[in-house]
This record gives sequence, structure tokens and C-alpha cells, in this order.
Amino acid sequence: MSTVVETHDHGHHGPAKGLSRWLFTTNHKDIGTLYLWFSFIMLFIGGSMAMVIRAELFQPGLQIVQPEFFNQMTTNHGLIMVFGVIMPAFVGLANWMLPIQIGAPDMALPRLNNLSFWLLPMAFGILISTLFMPEGGPNFGWTFYAPLSTTYAPSTVNFFIFSVHVMGVSSILGSINIITTIFNMRAPGMTLMKMPLFVWSWLITAYLLIAVMPVLAGVVTMMLMDINFGTSFFNAAGGGDPVLFQHVFWFFGHPEVYIMILPAFGIVSHIIETFSRKPIFGYSSMVYAMASIAILSFVVWAHHMFTVGMPLAGELFFMYSTMLIAIPTGVKVFNWVATMFRGSITFETPMLFSIAFVALFTIGGFSGLMLAIVPADFQYHDTYFVVAHFHYVLVPGALFGIIAGAYYWLPKWTGNMYDETLGKLHFWLTFISVNVTFFPMHFVGLAGMPRRYPDYALQFADFNALISVGAFMFGLTQLLFLFIVIKTIRSGKQATPEVWEGAGDLGLEWTLSSPPPYHSFTVQPQVK
Amino acid sequence: MAYIKKVLAKFIFVMPLFFSSLVFSESSDYNMPIGVTEVSESIFELHMVIFWICVAIGVIVFSIMFWSLWKYRKSKGAVAADFDDNLWLEIGWTVAATLVLVWMAVPATQVMVEAYDDAEGEINILITGHQWKWHYEYLEDEVGFFSNLSTSQEQIDGEVPKGEFYLKEVDEPLVIPTNTRVRFLITGNDVIHSWWVPDFAVKQDAIPGFINTAWTNVPEPGIFRGACTELCGIKHAFMPVVVRAVEREEFDAFIAEKVTLAEAERLLTSKNWTKEELMERGEQFYQTNCAACHQAGGQGIPPVFPALAGSQVALSDSAKHIQILMEGVQGSAMAAFGESYSEIDIASVITYTRQAWDNGEKGDGVIVTPQDIVAYKNRIDL
Repeated sequence: MSTVVETHDHGHHGPAKGLSRWLFTTNHKDIGTLYLWFSFIMLFIGGSMAMVIRAELFQPGLQIVQPEFFNQMTTNHGLIMVFGVIMPAFVGLANWMLPIQIGAPDMALPRLNNLSFWLLPMAFGILISTLFMPEGGPNFGWTFYAPLSTTYAPSTVNFFIFSVHVMGVSSILGSINIITTIFNMRAPGMTLMKMPLFVWSWLITAYLLIAVMPVLAGVVTMMLMDINFGTSFFNAAGGGDPVLFQHVFWFFGHPEVYIMILPAFGIVSHIIETFSRKPIFGYSSMVYAMASIAILSFVVWAHHMFTVGMPLAGELFFMYSTMLIAIPTGVKVFNWVATMFRGSITFETPMLFSIAFVALFTIGGFSGLMLAIVPADFQYHDTYFVVAHFHYVLVPGALFGIIAGAYYWLPKWTGNMYDETLGKLHFWLTFISVNVTFFPMHFVGLAGMPRRYPDYALQFADFNALISVGAFMFGLTQLLFLFIVIKTIRSGKQATPEVWEGAGDLGLEWTLSSPPPYHSFTVQPQVK
Repeated sequence: MAYIKKVLAKFIFVMPLFFSSLVFSESSDYNMPIGVTEVSESIFELHMVIFWICVAIGVIVFSIMFWSLWKYRKSKGAVAADFDDNLWLEIGWTVAATLVLVWMAVPATQVMVEAYDDAEGEINILITGHQWKWHYEYLEDEVGFFSNLSTSQEQIDGEVPKGEFYLKEVDEPLVIPTNTRVRFLITGNDVIHSWWVPDFAVKQDAIPGFINTAWTNVPEPGIFRGACTELCGIKHAFMPVVVRAVEREEFDAFIAEKVTLAEAERLLTSKNWTKEELMERGEQFYQTNCAACHQAGGQGIPPVFPALAGSQVALSDSAKHIQILMEGVQGSAMAAFGESYSEIDIASVITYTRQAWDNGEKGDGVIVTPQDIVAYKNRIDL
């Protein structure tokens, strides 16, 4: 970060000194940096919880932790990775890159930007503090199905609810800011269909967030009422409906999973065109595909609920609508492959992560398609097959997209090239361990191991030991990533403005110096 | 470095082959069980059809991608073309993707219609998920019982070797007749559970306030093991499902025995129970049904599961004690036991908890008899 402080001859516009720079900053680059570091720290916290889970599951029996704590680990691992790692990392990338990519000097609402970041440490401070309370933290799964999360929950659930409310406010404020910035601050000449795909992906994502975060707030408010004020939204004994919870939750939850993947689509599109040295294939179909995915995401939610006892017509409707999503998603994959076809390809670290993204995200897409098939889902539902599926789309999917973006833009942010050899080492170790961890989960799931089990039958022992070894390797490898990032911030070969060969024509960010001045584009650029 | 690259490249290509060879084996340790019913076989076939379609698409897409990566390396002097769209190609693959999906949707719909059928069964069984055990009730014969995990805590804690059916064994499995349409009516008593038997391809959520249906028709006798698949609290992993399918005659004998036992139990209700008899039976009941939450020593896990040792209700308020057992506690994890257990069970466990752990010495030590429970029920009925 220290290199960002260097402001060259713009000293009089430079950042404040010391801690107040970070507390009171309204600069989009500083706030982007805060978001990225926050999500990096949360990655290690949520990752440590995964290590506890994998240590317990290394062999059958209860060795390391008791089921009560195990359930707290699975719950908090999920909540932290979804709300504390993937989402803030994308917001951080958006903060850094959106103004630069559209030629704006900063975000449209800088003070709001500061607020939406600083709400996050508060929300997660509250959430994580529950683990140290006598009753323990939330233990009902990150999907917190009622009535396990209401009538049967520890009283710390109230902290969890407050924390979710605060996260929701943060996301909504951030989304308002992003939409306002994109619509009002684009450089002259940058029409909507000339916007970089990362900007498009975030415009769509921000709309999804504004649409569904209030639904999440609604569902946790109903829980709060049930727990403390005697209502019976989800309490069957009082005339309520436990299935209502799932409908409302997944009406938020399914768009949420696209919130976690769309920005990665944008990032990977940029990286593939950069290192294929060839413009992205089918730009407009990429935009339409993302928009279709976003719209379809509102009519597929009950595919998470095929076993709750829906009528036949309902099961079939949600199966067909879910299968439809494979079309725009397939189009995106075909477009990426067509971009590589007849390119002039090099394999720098961001490209390696992006290629792995395309391949492994597609595997996650296939298992998603299988899960959409209702009768087969009766066998897959709530087993490790589902765990394998969503980890394939979230780890080599969303997380690889973030890591690829970090390598791609690190030289721009810091002005230093990262160490390519270490970057490749990081890639290969990550790529191997991610597959050793998550691929066997397909097999234990099909063979019948349910998810969220602290202990399991002997037939699953071999695969679980293998999965745990892969998980430890994956966890340790990310320390190497931390080392590479710190090393790049402190030293490294000076990066040119265009950083990557031929990138100068690809976007406005490559016309700025590396690192860019603290206030960039004080004179509006023109887009032809 | 070049050598390492070669090895890694090989690894990438070999690993999927290695894994898919495991799938080929169709062993249930790696793949979905084929199961024993017509529905489970159809679902298995559907699963394999969809799987192979995905593999085929994957092979085509990944071949083109990896071939492009290989062929158009800059290090081999590839020069980039500059096309960035092709309308017919894009229309073509969109249409192709749609057709493949229709190809998948047709068999999926057929199997779904086959599996989905909520008509009455010859035998109808009410399955109720409790924290953390299953209750089975044969609706035609009005007999029922609980099915608890029978794996010992010592095995779970690793103090003794684990048995063959570790965590997949129960004290009393559900018994169903073969070659009979059996309908399951599935509900939950407290939180949501999910009743799953992979060999029947039956998985239905057990939701409080709802009754879901599922059905099966098992052709051959056998023992089939399943699990609870919806997170239901601390012992979610410790409430397996075991179903024993038997020939019709054996099933009828089983039911007849259950009916006789239930009848004998009803007669016992009117007998005069001594304190020792109640204590003995109460302790057994307590360890099976109450100790998971309130703990073997009665200390509970406060504040979610209150202590019984030294509790005011157990010491001095037997009327309230009976009411709690019969009606449960609104807004807490304490379920109503009145409908699910006999008067003898309720009376004996109340008596036991009023005597055990020094409660007898510290409190009034009131003995509650089955007749008291019958009296309570009659009063409520008025």
C-alpha cells in the first residue's frame, strides 16, 4: 500500500497521513484497497474455519471438535466466505477499477462509499464476536432455515440478525453508488454498449443487489419478530409456515449466487482478451447473456427446495427455468473459447487463473445442470454432491476470478510487477489442491454422504482423508499469495502504463501511469 | 521448469480420466446407488444419461479450448486474428444448446411423472422426524415406535473400534412388506428433518405443520440404510434411517406382535406401579429420549436445554412437570410428548427425574403414576 501513497507531483492533492487517511478517506482507490484487504483477512478467517471442518472430517468419529462447534464452523465459514470475502472483494475491485475504466475521477458518492465500507468491519465484528459468547455463534447453517434458526436457535441469533442487516445496508449503499457512477460519470463517447465488460457485469450485479438485499433484510426481520415478539411467520404451532422461510430466503439466495459470479465473468473476459491479444468474441452477446442470467435468476429459486413437497407442476416449472440458465452461461463459455481461438496466447498468471476459471466453472455448471433435473436431485439434494457443485462455482469460479483480477491489476495498483515465477507456482499449487479438495466430493456425495455432518459412515473414510489433505494444501498455498501480494507492494520491476503487451488499446485504465495518480482523470478523457 | 510443465500438463489430462474411470465402475462407493425399486433404477439411468451428455459437451468444449491454447501459443509465433463476432456461429450454438436441453428435459419429465404419485398406499406409514430420532406409525394398525441410533458413544469417541454399520444402525428399524405399495406420510415434530433412503430414491423433507408424501414398492427383502439430510441441530448426523423389507407373512406377524404389545401396555396402565418399577423404566426412557439434550446427569446444556437436577419444577411442582411433558414448552426446543408416548412412559420418566440426582432428597419426591397421566388427559379432554 505504501507505494500508493507516493503521489508524484500531485502532493497537494495527496492522501492524509496516518490512520485518519483510512478512516475518513473518500478516495475510491483507498476504499478499494480497504475492501480488498478486508476480504483478504476474512478469507483467512473463513479459511481457518474450513480447516477446522476438514480436520474433524479427516477420519470418522469425533476427534477435534464436538458437533455443536462443528455446526458453528460450517455456518460461519459459509457466511464469511459469501458476505465477507467474495462480495467485498468484488466491491473492492469495482471501487478501484470502475471509475478508472469509465474515465471518471472518483465514485459519484464518495462519502457514502466510505460509510458502506466501514459498516462491514462492524457487521463482521458482531458476527464473529458471537463465537466467543457462552451460547456460541450461529449454528444453523449459512441458509439458516427456520425453525432451527428461530425457536431452536441460541439467543446469539439476534446478533447474527443485526449483523446481516448491517451487511445488507452496506451492500445496498455500495450498489446505489455503483449504479449512479456508471450512469452519470462515463467519459464522453462511452455509450453503454462501449462500456468494458467488467463495468457491465457490475451494473447488472448492482441491480441484483438492490433487488434482493431488502428481501434478505425482510426474512431476518421476520425471524427477529418470531424470536422476540411472539409472531408466527415460520412457527407451525402458531399457524405459520416453515416453508415460507425457504421461499423468501431463496428468492434472495439465488440472485445472490449470481451476484457472486457475474463480476468474475467481467474480469475473466478482460484477461482472456488481453492475453489472447484478440478482442473479446461476441461482446454484445456477452452483455445480453449476463442480463438474461440476471433476469432468469428471479424465477428459479425453488430449485433449492425440490424436496420440500411442491406440486408436480411447480417441480417441473423450476426444473425447466433452471435448465434455461445453461443457455446464456453456455454462450459465455463458447465466447471465451472463441476469443482464444486464433489468438496469440501467452500464459501469465492472470491468464492461467482465467483458463482454469473457464474449465472448472464449466464443471460446476455441469453439476448444476445435473442438480436441476428434479428426479435426480432427489438423490443429490443435501449431499456432498451439492457441496462439490457450489464450491466448484465459488472457488475456481468466483475466487479464481478475484485472484486473476488481483494479478491482472496489481501492477497497475502498485506500479510494480509481481514475481511471475512465484505467481505461477501459486497457480499450480492452487489448481491441483482445489481439484484434490473438491472433485472427490462429487463421489462421496453420490455415494450418499449428507452435507453438514460432523461424523460419517466408514465407507466415506478414504475420500474424506484425501479431501482434507487437499484442503490443507489449498489453505497453506494462499499464504504464498499473501506473500506475493506484499512483495509486489514493496518491490518489483517498475510497471509500464500499459503493463501488458498491447493492453494500451483495451481500456482507459491502461492509459494511466502505474500506479495511477491519487486523483485520476481530473481532465475528462474522450472515448472514440 | 520445462520438465515440470510437462508433468503438470500430463497431470491435468490424466486426472479427469482417472476420476471418470471410477465412475465407470458404477460401484456405489463412487456413484449413485442403482437402488432396488423401479423408480430408483429409472433415476439412476436418468442420472447416467445426463452425466454422459455433460461429459460429451465437456470433451468437445475443452478439446477446442486446449487445442486452441496449444496451437495459438505466441511462443510458437501465432499471430492474432482480429474477428470479434460471427452471427451465424452464435445463433448456431445457442440453438444447439437449446436442443441439448430439450433432449435432457424429455426423459427428466418422464421419470418425474413416474416418481411423483401421492395416491393411497396399501400400507400407509406416518414418519415423524424428532430431534434426533424417527418415529414410525402404521396408520392402519395404530401402532408405532421410535427408531434411535444404536451405535455406542464409545465408538463415536474412538474408545472402541467402529462396527461395520457405524452410524448406519438403529435399535428398531422400520419394517415394510415387499411387493406392496407403501406410502410414507412425512412430517416433523420440531425442526425440519429429511427422510432419505437412497436405495428407494425417496427423499422428502419432514416439516413441522406439513405432511409430505412419498411412496415405494420394494421387490426383494433386504435391509436398506439411509440418513437425515436436512440440518436439524447437534445430532443431525446421528439419526440414521434403517428400513427392513420382509415378505408379507413376516410383516403381518410383525404387526400382530406390535399390536399385542401395545395392548399389553394399555393393560399395564391400570396396574399399581411401585416406585422402583417406575424408576427403572423411567431411567431407561430418560437415557434414550431425554439425555441428548438434558444430559445423562440432568445438568442440561443451559440456557438452551435447562438442567433438570435441582430445577424448581422437578423439586416442587409435579402438576407443572406433567404439563410440560404432555404439552411441551411453547417457544423452546421442548416438544410435547403426550401424543407420542404411553402414560406409563410419561409417568415413569417424571418419577425418575423427580428422584434422580438428589432431586428426591431436596424436593418433595412426589411419585407420578400412569393413572395421574390418564387423569390429566381426561381433564384436558373435558
